Amino acid sequence: MNAALPFSTTDVTRTNRRRESIVRALLGIVTALLVLPLLAILALLVKHGAPALTLDFLLSSPAAGMTAGGIFPAIVGTLWLVGVSLAIAAPIGVLAAIYLNEYAGDHWGTRIVNLAIVNLAGVPSIVHALFGVGAFVLFLHLGTSILSASLTLAIMTLPVIIASTKEALAAVPMSFRQACWVLGASRWQTIRYVVLPNSIQGILTGVILQVSRAAGETAPVMFTGAAFYLPFLPQSVNDQCMALSMHLFTLSTQVPGVPEALPYATALVLVGLVMSVNLTSILLRSYLRSRRRW
Amino acid sequence: MNWMNRGAMGAALLGALSVAWACSGGDSSRVLIQNKGSDTLVNLAQAWAENYRAVKPAVAIAVSGGGSGTGIAALINGTVDIANASREMHAEEKEQVRAHSGKDATEHRVARDAIVVYVSKANPLEKIKLADLACIYAEDGTCQSWTSLGIEVPGCADQKIIRVSRQSNSGTYEFFRDAVLGKGKDFKLGSRDMQGSKDVVDLVGKTPCAIGYSGMGYITSDVKVLCLAKDASSPCIAPTPASAKSGEYALSRWLYMLTLGEPEGDIKGYLDWIVSPAGQKIVADTGFVPVN
Amino acid sequence: MGSDREHAGGTHDLGRSRTAVAAERVIEAVIRICGFSAIFFVFSIFLFVLLSGSDFIIHRLDIREFLLSPEWVPTSVSNKRYGTMALTLGTFSVTGLAMLIAVPFGLGAAVFVSEFTDGRTKEVLKVVIELLAAIPSVVWGFIGLVIMNPLIIAMFDAPIGLNVLNGGILLGLMSVPIIVSIGEDAIKAVPDSYREASMAMGATRWQTVVHVLLPAARSGLLAAVLLGVGRAIGETIAVLMATGHAVQIPHSPLDSVRTLTATIASELGETARGSDHYQALFTIGILLFALTFVVNLSADLIVRGVRGEQR
Repeated sequence: MNAALPFSTTDVTRTNRRRESIVRALLGIVTALLVLPLLAILALLVKHGAPALTLDFLLSSPAAGMTAGGIFPAIVGTLWLVGVSLAIAAPIGVLAAIYLNEYAGDHWGTRIVNLAIVNLAGVPSIVHALFGVGAFVLFLHLGTSILSASLTLAIMTLPVIIASTKEALAAVPMSFRQACWVLGASRWQTIRYVVLPNSIQGILTGVILQVSRAAGETAPVMFTGAAFYLPFLPQSVNDQCMALSMHLFTLSTQVPGVPEALPYATALVLVGLVMSVNLTSILLRSYLRSRRRW
Repeated sequence: MNWMNRGAMGAALLGALSVAWACSGGDSSRVLIQNKGSDTLVNLAQAWAENYRAVKPAVAIAVSGGGSGTGIAALINGTVDIANASREMHAEEKEQVRAHSGKDATEHRVARDAIVVYVSKANPLEKIKLADLACIYAEDGTCQSWTSLGIEVPGCADQKIIRVSRQSNSGTYEFFRDAVLGKGKDFKLGSRDMQGSKDVVDLVGKTPCAIGYSGMGYITSDVKVLCLAKDASSPCIAPTPASAKSGEYALSRWLYMLTLGEPEGDIKGYLDWIVSPAGQKIVADTGFVPVN
Repeated sequence: MGSDREHAGGTHDLGRSRTAVAAERVIEAVIRICGFSAIFFVFSIFLFVLLSGSDFIIHRLDIREFLLSPEWVPTSVSNKRYGTMALTLGTFSVTGLAMLIAVPFGLGAAVFVSEFTDGRTKEVLKVVIELLAAIPSVVWGFIGLVIMNPLIIAMFDAPIGLNVLNGGILLGLMSVPIIVSIGEDAIKAVPDSYREASMAMGATRWQTVVHVLLPAARSGLLAAVLLGVGRAIGETIAVLMATGHAVQIPHSPLDSVRTLTATIASELGETARGSDHYQALFTIGILLFALTFVVNLSADLIVRGVRGEQR
């Protein structure tokens, strides 16, 4: 290296340049190989599933021992699970994030809370299921019900909401708060009238992400509230329900003589639902970032 | 802008809830029967539940699978009305039911089934002795390869027998264990323990080296069903509705629905309908053997 | 940061009614409670899972057998055995293979996205990787069952395609997004002055990456890998469907295995509440909880260590 004179093209820099473009190409290929499975999966699901994906499929019940008919109860069940778990997780998650971003000082208590959140996010979904069975189904006598399953899902997805809400709150400049405090507003008034209005859309993106997580999970709902087959739609949170994820699992492992297109179409609906929700959240987030005025 | 933002958030929340609410309808006069258990029975149970809607719309039956053990466990824990089982209850399970609920469990025979042993279409094997099955599946069995049974399977690497079995909560698993391996014996570890009978059929159909077993209702044209000989001198019996019913086929069994005490009201109505000609016709339609 | 946040305190409730002040107190109390709820939840998860298995753990658990025996025969009539070593090795083998795939791909993509792309390409790639993370695990399992299984049989002449390889590839793809996003954050967090100094010395972009950025970001990258490991260990439904579910110690990637998580998922429904088998499954739950706790804790400590250094 040290032989190279400044500002002249030498063999070394030429070699480097060549090496650089090779490396860039290699890394590009590695990244492309990650994009490939996503496209392949989507293509396969669409190819095999789309022919069966009719309005009738979406709006009718499974029939003939699940080998025919549609997935309507599973869609409704998933909406129930997502709706109820959201109603539980959103307030707790948002308030927890408000505490962490607006109230908590830099001390050991806060560190433990943060550590707990990291670990809550890392607890395997099947351990959440064990907890759901032990705590909600049995200990609180909620039985296998939408409520039990949703509570389990809510605790599981709490870190998603906390993390993104924290990010949204942290994006509100400190000067906004200080200006408000100077006017004599209390901490809560500041949060209520300045911080939240300026971050609510960012919070919304996190809430949307929670929806996508909750809709896709199987293990936590398997033992706490989802049923193999229900001939009716759930009436209250005390009922069991079917769920799209669970339905795909049973279709592909337990039901004999299922036409090939049926599980594909179910998977397509599930992936479509989760991805469109995710994409909404991502687009909303990038729109908000681009529009931010500070 | 403030109110709009909050509105958006609230609307999203309310929206999600109200969609779920709206979809649920408002019929409150419904009676719900919880039915859970055997994977062997689950499709039959679902077909019954589906058809019973037309018979008695006010009674709804929620069906889940999971295995006979699952259903009996749920009966013990008091979370189901009817448990499905593809085996008889163990004495200790009966004891637990009594301890938890103060009632005795009642067993209702709802259908007859044969456990069918099958291999892939590529396999030249036509018949098998119970002792050979034990040699393949049992913990102390020594049959590792197809050549040790005197055959060669085309397309099977190393001629290694791939044992496909069921996970330990299935009644099929326990029945096969007791009837084929002998009381008190265990399966050799390392078999592929599939979630459901359908899995077993699918896998054996796709795997030249494999052998598997499941209830006869699950058989598809992708696998080759073996006829079964009790011992070297016995004739080889193919699993048919007739041989399953007469008990001539060695691996035939009853399928049960279990209730706490004697069933009453709507549960009794449902069980009565199941053993009626209308209910038993569905048994035959789903590939099992009617009770009478 | 700390000093900016200090509010002068609630002494000046200028012209506000007593109820308004009281309401505010209540709201702040609720916020505080929610703030600490995560601790409560983690603690109660641990406690419930532990207590549900406690009777078995205290009275009948032979810890040596539990950890070191490969024989898991919980439903035997004559000789029940609760050894989890085959299951643990199943988990480790699938996780290990997943990391062999996910680490080079994940870190490679993280470097590429962070250092070799900008603007629109960068945004699109990040979105795609986020979408990869969004595919539900049951869909991955379905792919493993119906697509990868015949593919592996055809490609490797294997007797069965539900095995370590199948599960490892799926788990690798499932863990990649975490490694990419955390890894990219870690590389991005290296101050630009490092890059500028390196470039000014005449180093190429790639030389800068290898000799400056990767060493500077190594703790963050390690944390990214650890979080990927945590994800892989905890994954349930996909491995349940794709690994063949056979209790045996794997000797090659083409062997079927069963993991800790899959065992709980397939057997939990069957067992009578309070039975040994039921409690043994909760004991596996504790084992899993402990495993992932250690992995996540290490990742967190490493990340915090980095922040400490940078300050």
